[in-house]
Amino acid sequence: MKRVIEVENLVKQFGNFTAVNNLTFSVAKGEIFGLLGANGAGKTTTIRMLCGLLLPTSGKITVAGYDAFTQPEQIRASIGYMSQKFSLYSDLTVWENIRFFGGIYGLWGRELKLRTSELVDEFKMNEFRDVMVESLPLGWRQRVSLAVSMVHKPPIIFLDEPTSGVDPIARRMFWETIHHISLQGTTVMVTTHYMDEAEYCHTLLIMVDGMIQALGKPDELKSKHAVESMNELFLSLARNSNANMM
Amino acid sequence: MAQGRFLNFVSKEFKHILRDTRTLLIVLVMPVIQLLIFGFVISSEIKNADYAVLDYSHDYLSKQLVQRISSSGYFNLKGYLNSFKEIEKAFKNGDAKLVLVIGSHFDRKLQNNRYAEYQIITDASDPNTANILASYAQSIINSFTAEHHAAGQPRARVNIQSRMLYNEEMKSAFMFVPGTMVLILMLVTAMMTSISITREKELGTMEVLLISPLKPWQIVLGKVIPYIGIAFTNVTVIILMGITIFHLPIRGNLLLLVGVSSLFILLALSLGILISTLSSSQAVAMFMSMFALMLPTILLSGFIFPIENMPQLLQWLSLIMPPRWFLSALKTIMIKGQGLQYVLKEVLVMLLMTTIFIILSIKKFKVRLE
Repeated sequence: MKRVIEVENLVKQFGNFTAVNNLTFSVAKGEIFGLLGANGAGKTTTIRMLCGLLLPTSGKITVAGYDAFTQPEQIRASIGYMSQKFSLYSDLTVWENIRFFGGIYGLWGRELKLRTSELVDEFKMNEFRDVMVESLPLGWRQRVSLAVSMVHKPPIIFLDEPTSGVDPIARRMFWETIHHISLQGTTVMVTTHYMDEAEYCHTLLIMVDGMIQALGKPDELKSKHAVESMNELFLSLARNSNANMM
Repeated sequence: MAQGRFLNFVSKEFKHILRDTRTLLIVLVMPVIQLLIFGFVISSEIKNADYAVLDYSHDYLSKQLVQRISSSGYFNLKGYLNSFKEIEKAFKNGDAKLVLVIGSHFDRKLQNNRYAEYQIITDASDPNTANILASYAQSIINSFTAEHHAAGQPRARVNIQSRMLYNEEMKSAFMFVPGTMVLILMLVTAMMTSISITREKELGTMEVLLISPLKPWQIVLGKVIPYIGIAFTNVTVIILMGITIFHLPIRGNLLLLVGVSSLFILLALSLGILISTLSSSQAVAMFMSMFALMLPTILLSGFIFPIENMPQLLQWLSLIMPPRWFLSALKTIMIKGQGLQYVLKEVLVMLLMTTIFIILSIKKFKVRLE
């Protein structure tokens, strides 16, 4: 399978603190790749480096065939990014938000209008299209954010904790959408700290203290560590890491 | 396509402003109100101030003098006092702001070319008013005594005539119209841009914008353009109001005035951008703008308090205050009607400051991206 993200020996240091320590992994086209870990494990730092928002201290990153050090602009044009923070304009409507972000990715005129209504249909947001984002419930706002990140049809999208704070039903719906997107050939890299969501991913990377603690398919990982659920897996890994530290 | 992206960005920015009624009120209506308040409330001219007279002469000329003062338009005679003790009472009751004491034999002393004695006592609990009233009274009395001194036998004497050049009528509009303009431009351009940029940071939208193909300078420029439009609207409104309501003459070249104003708008914008790179939230940006921009603009720019009267340290401090230079250039062009060569120093200083702020902002913005 074609590899769209390749990371080798990635390191990021902030002063004396090593946030990301020697990561090596790759992501195949159309895959849902889950980046898991407790808060502060280095998930967001990793995603930010992959998106070109943060310069790595050392290592090699290739995204969509472009080098993160020398071709950050090409990378930006071929990825979609949904930030951990809420990142829509609350005083604009759903329609206007999508249009605005489509516009800054170079869509305009008929093409922009078409793509906007396409996304509104695809995400089933027709009844909300002229509602100001500030009056939408959080689950719906996250759907709009996801739609916005896909406005320029990027081959890869990065979702940084897209479901944090969202209720279980909305989370379920959100993951169905992600699944749908991946079936269309878009690669999805997603971070989360909900262990039940890990089951939905094709491949998992569990980070503890900036390092890879486990990497593989959910079922493989479970049988390898002889656990029943993702939650148990995570707890056993965390316990090991604490034992190592002591 | 690149223009399309950019126009799209600018139009979004306009939507933000137009939908936020409060911001819109601040940037468009407040300047008008502020100018009217400064115009009608802060006035350095004093008319019809109450005064009282303690006259020890009660002769022809002393009465003439009192009449002259009362008819000057500046003073309103509240009455005569009977003893020195009553003076303090008059001040304390608020009956008089100024008391004129006329010594005995005023008439005879003046006629005989001797010194006629009088005293001006003012209520200096408001020192500015006291000062102005004392000097008004002084100048009326001076001209009165000059006329009646040794009447009939003119003598060679020094006759002082002061003229208030460029503002013969001592209109305070000459002070507050340029001052308000500086204040408003500082507020609208520097403060509003710094707040609107930090808002994107606070909301998290800045991150998404930085990942997009838009270049950082396009983002900043797109955020700033609507405020440039608003700033020019403010300049136009303030100048028009100055001319029509406050009869302020624009003696200099209008093009030069617009040029210097544009330079200051650019300066204020670069300062606003710098503040936005230094602050992480809208509240911090607001706080920094208030203390770093508004207070110095009011206190140290020479808008209300003359720079020449400040302690040396504050005078030096005022040198690094952008509004000081703009205010000085504005007054030179609007009121004195001078050309570019007379505001060259101000223009160069403002250019230098703008360059420094822009360079600092670029450095700071890059650091943030690392």
